Amino acid sequence: MPENILLNAQEISLQFDQRLVLQNISLRIAERQIVTLIGPNGAGKTSLVKIVLGLISPTSGKVERRKGIRIGYMPQRLQVDQSMPVTVGKFLTLATNARSMETSRVLEEVGASALIDSQLHSLSGGELQRVLLARALIQDPQLLVLDEPAQGVDVNGQAELYRLITDIRDKHDCGILLVSHDLHLVMSATDEVICLNQHVCCHGHPEQVSNDPAYLELFGRKDAETLAIYTHHHNHSHDLAGEIVDEGHNH
Amino acid sequence: MADFILRALLSGLLVAAIAGPLGCFVVWRRMSYFGDTLAHSALFGIALGLLLEISLEASVIGACALLAVLLVLMEKRRGLSTDTILGILAHSSLALGLVIISFTDNQVNLMSYLFGDLLTVSASNLLWIAATCIVVLVLLLLNWNRLLAITLHEELAQVEGVHVTRMRMLLMLLIALIVAVSMKVVGILLITSLLIIPPACARAYARTPESMAIMASIAGCLAVCGGIMASWFWDTPTGPSIVVAASLLFVIGRLLPAGEKL
Repeated sequence: MPENILLNAQEISLQFDQRLVLQNISLRIAERQIVTLIGPNGAGKTSLVKIVLGLISPTSGKVERRKGIRIGYMPQRLQVDQSMPVTVGKFLTLATNARSMETSRVLEEVGASALIDSQLHSLSGGELQRVLLARALIQDPQLLVLDEPAQGVDVNGQAELYRLITDIRDKHDCGILLVSHDLHLVMSATDEVICLNQHVCCHGHPEQVSNDPAYLELFGRKDAETLAIYTHHHNHSHDLAGEIVDEGHNH
Repeated sequence: MADFILRALLSGLLVAAIAGPLGCFVVWRRMSYFGDTLAHSALFGIALGLLLEISLEASVIGACALLAVLLVLMEKRRGLSTDTILGILAHSSLALGLVIISFTDNQVNLMSYLFGDLLTVSASNLLWIAATCIVVLVLLLLNWNRLLAITLHEELAQVEGVHVTRMRMLLMLLIALIVAVSMKVVGILLITSLLIIPPACARAYARTPESMAIMASIAGCLAVCGGIMASWFWDTPTGPSIVVAASLLFVIGRLLPAGEKL
């Protein structure tokens, strides 16, 4: 595995009973690289994330991680039973090796210092996402895996959250694997996009992917609304991504 | 005070003190039906102990532990819900226990197993209870944060390096142990109440898992004292009196205005 590669997954396939969930997927994440996984519901995004994290094993294919790599994981959802009293501060110290000094540092980093004594189950969607991000950061990860980090966050909050994620990459020099179901919001924050629908439909720079017929077909057919948003953003995409891409697809 | 009361009080307090924190996990993870199932299998353990003429404490602990392991294994196979599996295990082990007891020559006082027999705790019973409680407490303290982590989010805990299956198995075995020794205190039919009512009393006053666990211990101990006192003064059955005292505590806690949380 080359020096700067954090994670290299090769020809991953996953089968549940008779159903093929993932087919022949390769994925690699380098230091400081933000890779975004997009795809419709049921495309196998979360399954792929679980394989990358080592939570489930693929039916075939292999995953190499850099030796001793520290991975920070932000799960899609956290449901706290009402019967369980937990403060945000306590929740953060549950991550192995966490000390209280680190707790306040990561909370400040995600802009949630005021929440340290709040009860976990009383947080709003956006607050909870920030706290989960803080927990992923507390071990100073080399690779951050964020599964739909903007879930339950309003549109303004989402833009802010993605800005925060880019800042985190710059500050911690970590690689990031991001899962999202819409490209237009993460476009500016990402280096590489993988469009997934059981197999890799297309991948490359966000600009390329958003013009790729496979991407258009997938989202145009399955989700008219996303296409509408996409079309709108397409007009401004140079501003969002900040550069013009003229190389061909690497399909 | 008579020796038997002292022994009863001591074993009741020991069990209640440990049932508090362990019961919190039962409440947080919604495992109360699991507690019931273990309690039912305890009767199977009694039957087995009588049949094989081995120590009843050991056979009850063995039966409960066996059931916990069986459950973890059966949960991995898909097709039936945990709820259904628990129902099958609970009632078949109870029925099997009753059938086996009918084969033994002993004159068994079933009532004392079903509703507890705290006032007849012997010195050796007390030793068993104390030893079990210390083992449970030590294992619980050593693994406290890991157990909290898997209760909040199993996959997150696993990514952070917690061995989830091992922790889940440990929690079930700890509950099995405490159920086995609680049988003498409140009896098979009432064991779950000792696990869930004290944490429920504590919930409204707690801000952290630790404070809830400690308050649950205190509530459990108060209930044990109350129950034994009632039994002493009014000659009521001890086990049920303890549970009634715990329920009263719960009701009083609900009626009081919520104050500062700890």
